[in-house]
Amino acid sequence: MIELLWIFLSAMVINNFTLALFLGLCPFMGVSARVETALRMGAANIFVLVLTSLIVSFLNAFVLSNAPYLRIISFIVVIASLVQVVETVIKKASPTLFRELGIYLPLITTNCAILGLAIFQTNRDYGLLEGLAFAVGAGCGLTLALVLMASIREETELADLPSIARGMGLVLIIAGSLSLAFMGFAGLLSST
Amino acid sequence: VRETTRQEDVLRGIWRENPVLIQLLGLCPALAVTNNVENSLAMGLATLFVLCGSSLLVSLGRRFIPGEVRISVYILIIATFVTVADLSLEALVPDIHKALGAFIALIVVNCMILGRQEAFASKRPVGRALLDAVGTGVGFSVALVMLGAVRELLGNGSLLGFPLFGPSYEPWIVMILPPGGFLTLGVLLFGLAWWQERRSQRVEAPEPKGALGPEVIATAGISLPNRSNTMGEAQ
Repeated sequence: MIELLWIFLSAMVINNFTLALFLGLCPFMGVSARVETALRMGAANIFVLVLTSLIVSFLNAFVLSNAPYLRIISFIVVIASLVQVVETVIKKASPTLFRELGIYLPLITTNCAILGLAIFQTNRDYGLLEGLAFAVGAGCGLTLALVLMASIREETELADLPSIARGMGLVLIIAGSLSLAFMGFAGLLSST
Repeated sequence: VRETTRQEDVLRGIWRENPVLIQLLGLCPALAVTNNVENSLAMGLATLFVLCGSSLLVSLGRRFIPGEVRISVYILIIATFVTVADLSLEALVPDIHKALGAFIALIVVNCMILGRQEAFASKRPVGRALLDAVGTGVGFSVALVMLGAVRELLGNGSLLGFPLFGPSYEPWIVMILPPGGFLTLGVLLFGLAWWQERRSQRVEAPEPKGALGPEVIATAGISLPNRSNTMGEAQ
């Protein structure tokens, strides 16, 4: 139990997917202008991450031990079809939620955080429960980074900035500062 | 679509529409592996290989790939070449393969590659598609090596492993850690914005238009940061 907690914490803050491992930067840059949309994107990500983790555990246990060279291909196929299925189900079950998530749902397929999770989980030999803790932690970490970034960007909108700092350069510098702050968590765990 | 010359096809990707510095695509590998020049170069070349291979196949098969499933087909083609690159690097240069880790496999989800297939290779003959792939791949490698050189020089005081500043140099460790990636690219973008501003003040020229339309970005699942408004409307 303690070990699962550590996996969760480590994925969420110490090795934060966005700020320490540079995974999922596209939504981090593109969808972080408003806190509300950032939260929704984060929620959608947690959902897909957990489902991916479940399927990857299954694939690793029953299929890929016989054919490791199929790993990358099968992971991406699984993720693409998973996102498609989730999209269809949500569209039928709850049209309101579907409208709210909008384009963010299909965008998740090419989010490197999802494939990254699948590969890290395999490389570290995580089982079913460990994988789930890892996925939830990674998802919460992504959401945390997105929401932090969005709150800071909302503030900078009214700030008096020099004209060269109005583009993505500023977002990257803010991300750098956040990443610097998150490095402080590295002391929490001595062996990662 | 305005017809372009062969020369433009190659040069466009290297500078004017540089995937990393101008279009901000493929940022994950561009920041993650560029803590020294060697890794940056390996990543750039691996991406170049995958991009050329997939552009070749996509362009060859452009008449046979049904429109409804084209994105999945492109991803499968890209994943195949990434597997080839992954296994070859593991066999030929195991040290670099270990240093790049999961990021070789993550070339599959590099938006830049999918973007070139959707926007260019799927509509052009093989020769043109290859020229464009080479240009974009070289542009990506150049940007990566630039980032890697700055970070290695400041963070380690060396270039390609050779120490340059002598033993009294105190390295900025932070530059080879994750924050250094964000900060280096941020400062580079500031510099570019400053340069462009000065140039546009001198010549009143219209902004060069990007190669990807919003429609393409939506289908290929690519988010160009400065288009976040269009994405907001979609919800």
